[in-house]
Order: sequence, then C-alpha cells, then structure tokens
Amino acid sequence: MAESSGTLKHYFVSSAQQFDAAKMGMWLFLVTEVLLFSGMFVAYAVYRTWYPEVFALSSELLDWRLGALNTLVLLASSFTVALAIHFIQKGDRERVVVMLLLTLLCAAVFMIVKYFEYTGKWSHGVFPGAGFAPHGDYAQYNVAYAPQFFSIYFVMTGIHGVHVLVGMGVFVWLVTRMVRGHFSPAYYTPIELSGLYWHLVDIIWIFLFPLLYLI
Amino acid sequence: MSAPGQNYLTASKGIRSWLLTTDHKRIGILYAVSVALFFLLGGIFAVLVRTELAAPGETIMGQDSYNQAFTLHGVVMVFLVIIPAIPGILGNFVLPIQIGAKDVAFPRLNLFSWYIFMLGALLALSGWLIIGKVDTGWTFYTPYSSEGTNSVLWLTTAVFVAGFASIFTGLNFIVTVHKMRAPGMTWNRLPLFVWAIYATGIVQVLATPVIGITMVLLFLERLLQIGIFDPALGGDPVLFQHFFWFYSHPAVYIMILPAMGIISDLMGTFSRQQVSGYTFIALSSVAIAFLGFLVWGHHMFVAGQSAISSIIFSMLTFLIGIPTGIKVFNWVATMYKGSVSLKTPMIYALMFLFLFTIGGLTGIMIGVLAVDVHLHDTYFIVAHFHYVMMGGALIGLIGGLHYWWPKITGRLYNETAGRIAAVLVFVGFNLTFFTQFIMGSRGMPRRYHDYAGLLEQYPEFAAYNMVSTVGSYILAIGLLMILVYAVHSLLRGKRATANPWGAVTLEWTHTGVVPDAHNFHHVPLVTRGPYDFHLADDVFGSAADDGDKP
Repeated sequence: MAESSGTLKHYFVSSAQQFDAAKMGMWLFLVTEVLLFSGMFVAYAVYRTWYPEVFALSSELLDWRLGALNTLVLLASSFTVALAIHFIQKGDRERVVVMLLLTLLCAAVFMIVKYFEYTGKWSHGVFPGAGFAPHGDYAQYNVAYAPQFFSIYFVMTGIHGVHVLVGMGVFVWLVTRMVRGHFSPAYYTPIELSGLYWHLVDIIWIFLFPLLYLI
Repeated sequence: MSAPGQNYLTASKGIRSWLLTTDHKRIGILYAVSVALFFLLGGIFAVLVRTELAAPGETIMGQDSYNQAFTLHGVVMVFLVIIPAIPGILGNFVLPIQIGAKDVAFPRLNLFSWYIFMLGALLALSGWLIIGKVDTGWTFYTPYSSEGTNSVLWLTTAVFVAGFASIFTGLNFIVTVHKMRAPGMTWNRLPLFVWAIYATGIVQVLATPVIGITMVLLFLERLLQIGIFDPALGGDPVLFQHFFWFYSHPAVYIMILPAMGIISDLMGTFSRQQVSGYTFIALSSVAIAFLGFLVWGHHMFVAGQSAISSIIFSMLTFLIGIPTGIKVFNWVATMYKGSVSLKTPMIYALMFLFLFTIGGLTGIMIGVLAVDVHLHDTYFIVAHFHYVMMGGALIGLIGGLHYWWPKITGRLYNETAGRIAAVLVFVGFNLTFFTQFIMGSRGMPRRYHDYAGLLEQYPEFAAYNMVSTVGSYILAIGLLMILVYAVHSLLRGKRATANPWGAVTLEWTHTGVVPDAHNFHHVPLVTRGPYDFHLADDVFGSAADDGDKP
C-alpha cells in the first residue's frame, strides 16, 4: 500500500484523499489481523475453560520475569515508533532515523529473549504437539492436556514472533528510505502505517503475556 | 493519457501489459479468464459425479475416485469459482466506474491479489496432481483431514493463500467506496451493486482471517500433532467445525450478496424504473452481512452441540429470512407497472428470483431443528445449497456477465442464442436439483458413491438419479452454448453502442462504447440517483432504442 514516491497517484484527486485511503486500508488490514489472532484466543479460552488446573500448572513453566521484560521492551518500542512519527511531522530527519533504529533494537531484544525462552523449553523436552515429552526437573509437568497448553503457547507466540520479524523487516526498509530522503512532513504515509502495525503487534503481546504467563 | 479512439483494451499491447496491469478493468478480465477455466474444471468433476450416480452399481469409477471427484468439485467451485467470481470479475470491472472513480484505491494490491489467488489455485491443483487423493469433502472435517494423505496439507495452504486474495479484494473495495466516490455520488446514490459488493467486502475482511487461522491450525495439526482438533490427541473435532463454519457460513453471503446486487441493477434497468425500496435493499445487504456472522451453529445441529445453542442458532437463522425477503419482494415490486423487457440478462434475473427463492425457503426449512435432524446429510441439503450457490450466485454472475458484456468487450452477443441457452440452463438445473429435493426428503444420503443397497427399500431412487444426471447434461450443454456464442461474439459479434440497454448508471452514461484506460475524460459530477430514468433522458437522449449503430 505504501507508495514508492511522494507524488500523487493519478487516480487520486488530492494527497489528503490518498493519505486517508491508505490509512483506512491499514486499519482494515489490522482488523483482519485481530480476527486472525482471535481464532487462537478462542482456542485458548476453550481449552482453558475445560482444563483450568492443567493450564495453571503448565503456565508455571513460563518465566514471568522474561515475559515482563519483553512487555516493557515492546511498550518502549511502541513509544519510539510514535516518536518517529512525531519527528517526521516536525521535519527532524535525524531523530526519525534514531527512533526507527531504537525501535528495531527493541524488536531484536524481544526476539533474543524469545529465543532463549524457546530453547530453554526445548532442552527440557517441552515441544508443541506430539513431541511433548518434558523430562528431568520438568517431568512433573507431563500431564494430560498439557500438550494443548504448550501447542497454544508455541502457536500464538510463534505467529506473534513472525509478526515481530516482519515488523523488523519493515523498519529496516523504512530506515533505508529515510536515509535516501524519501520522507518529509508532507509525505510520511509508510511510517505512519508501519507505526499502526507495530502498535497492533504490541497490543497482541499485551494480551498474550497475562493469559499465558500470569494466570 | 491514452490517444483518442483508444480504450482500455487497445491502450497497450502484449502479454506483459496484461500480466503487469494495474487497470481494474484488465484485472477483472484476468479473473474472468481464470475463473472460467476453474469453472470448466469444477464442471467436469460435477458431470463425472453425476455420471457415476446415473445408475446403481459402479458406473465409471470406484468409491475412492468418487470421493476425490466430489471433494475437488466442491473445493474448486467454492474457493476458486464462486467466492472470487463476482467481486473479482464484475466488482473489479464495474464498481470503480459505477462510483465515478478512475481506479480502485490500491491498484497494485489489486493485481497482487489476483496473483495470490492464482498461487492458491496452483497449490490446490498441484497437491491433487502430485500427491493425489483428497477425499475429505470441501469442509476438511477432522478427523478425516487429520488422518489420510498429506495432500490435505497442500489444500489447507491453498485455502489460506487464496483467502488473502479475498481479503485484499474486499479491503480494496471498502476503501474505494469510502474514499473514491465522484463529486455528488452520495451514499444514497450508489448503485445497489456497489452496496452489495461493499457489504460483501465487510464479510470478506471480517470472516476470511478466521478460515486463515483455522487452516494454519489444521496444517499444524497434521505437521506437529498439536492436538487442538484431532480427537485421538485430546483435541475437539467439533471445535474445528465451529472454526470452519464461523468463516464458511458468512462465506455463503460472500457468494450470494454480490449476485443480489447484480439482480437489483438488472431489475431496475430492464423494468426501466426506480428500484423499489432502494434504501431497504441497500441496508438489507448490510443486515445480511451482519446476521451472517451469528448463524454458523446451524451446521452443527446433529454434531453434539448443546440444545440451547441449537435453539438460539435456529432462531437467528430465521432472522436472515427478513432482509432476504425484503430484497425478493422489492425486486418483484420493481417490475410492477414497469416496462419489463425480457432481454437475456433479465431472463437470468427472473431465473435467479425463482431459483433463489426456492433455495432460500428450503434454507428456512432446514433451519428448523426437528426437520434438520431428518434432512441432515441427505440430498435435500445438496439440492438446497445448489439452488442458492448455483441457482443464486452463479445465475446472478451469468446474468451480470450478459449485462456488462457489451461494456467489457464492445460487442453484442446473439440474443436468440442467449435466450435458448437460458432455457436450457433453467430446465437442466431444475431437472438436476429438484429431483434431489425429492430424493433427499425420502432419505437418499449425500456423498454415497452408490445406492444399489437402498433400492430394495426405495426403488424410486434409481429413476430420480437418472433424471438428475440427464438434467446435469442438459445444464452442461446450456453452459457450453454460452461459451460458444460468447466466443462468436468476441470474433464476429455486432459492435455495441455505449449504452445498449438504456441504463442510467455511470458505466453506461459516462464512458465510451468500451471505457478508456482511465475510465472518464472528466470526473463525472453526479446529480441524480442510479435508477432515476425520468431524470436521465435529458443527459443522453432516448437511450432505449435498439442502438445497433456504431
């Protein structure tokens, strides 16, 4: 949806119309993202209602401190991306680049933490689905329907992680375009839309964290 | 930008100019060609299925082949034909012109959605060709789909991918309708086709992501055995059915709403008067889109759903009858005291009215709990949804294609051939499917490859099945006849005028015989409603004459 140059496309009457259309398109896309995740939230709700004790037990295996760290990191990145939009509106290009790079850094920290969480689980045999075979200290967690909890955990955080990776790609792309001077206070649609996307990624995590780690 | 005398067909040449086009009209034609091919493929499977059932015992194939044939018939017709057809072909071609826009809001996304649609189609068909043997039916119910061969993996990926094409098309149209309307094109001046595609867009955007995640979960169920849907691993197969129908029931409205929009336009144009109850028809599309999300449970009356859920879903299902009835009565009222002209498109509109009403009313019947327990998984259901999907959605599409054909191609087709084909389609369709209502109500089960064992108790099934198969051949001949005179029209057809039907929506009154690459020389200023025939005469004179002149 992002346009390759700041010029007005011939099928639009004005830049304002073009910007409004792009923004509305992005909001609709975010609606589809919410519905994509809502399917998984329904699966979570159904299995949690059926097997509350198993879910409570299994969530002990998730380290709430790492989850909280990641929550803070993502919240910070939402702030920096909002600042990037603020600075491009002011025409302060250098700070835009700084804010985009900070956002990218936060996203990378999030994925690194996620990597250690995942590998920590796998080393104890906590895999999604048929591979679920916790051993050692974790043997006590090998109960019926615990695989369902971890399937849902890995699928939800996995698909969320894919969204973080896509976001990182988008921010790299924005930085290169920023450096080439494509954006100005008159035209910054891609930054605005990427910011909207990034806030959604953040919000989904804010629901995932308590549902999976805390309760 | 295009030179004088040029239109969107001649503005640029070569295969690249088509495959890389961002012109909504050319993208519509890309969809038309691909959907026509898939329709032919799905139709071949349908004829194979009917031929196997023509007589008891094995006729042309065994049970495994039969299961694959009806699965592929269903998957191809639902996901590759009916869902993309009207929005993809006519929505793309007509909608931007009808609202006075030069293009959709996101032309490149529009082309991209055709490519991912084709990628989805390629995945679906290559999975079948390479691995073969998908016999789950188009619904992919677990545990059929969590066991069996891996070509289910290909099909679920295909449905996931093709779903995004549908989402992007819907998103594009919603934004286009909101942001791209010409000056004076207020919401209550939108042609009813636009209202219908808009309502369809809402359903596409809200429902399709759910089938997306369902297919992801089903894929992971196969790949990693995540145990969400597979009962052998502690999963719940009924949960899959909830997920599946939460998309696939609204998807029924993705299929039928655009056809209803076409019928509204046809009724107005060929009755030459204001469409009765414009506001009611427009808002009933939105009401159907909304209510469509609340009825999915009526597919699971016999699947172990709680009684109270079934009662609620049954009541909500009846509610759908209200906006649908509003449309049907208004279409009939539109013809009342109008100058009805029975050109081929109007014949299809009347056919729609007749067939869809049967399809809709039988839908109310099977929304009744006790009746559904009797009719579930019988041919009554098969007949019902074919009256809606084929008698409704596809007949609407065929009517719309006949209506906009002169605008798309600049040529006329042979009207007599058109009428004869329409009669063949009507007779063939009813022979095929009305017999299935009767069979189904007497207990003929669906999806059986053979009914020899039933004949002792129900000897009449042999005759009904034979009639149904003969009907399907007549239907196929009628459809092939359309293909023949369409090709003839392209090569040798008489040149059309800019407005051969005397319609008063913008695509007829404000574009050339065939529209320019950018649709309009000047952005139109809209001063009247889409069916204000009495106000349109001063603009384009008496447009109702036969108009064979170039």
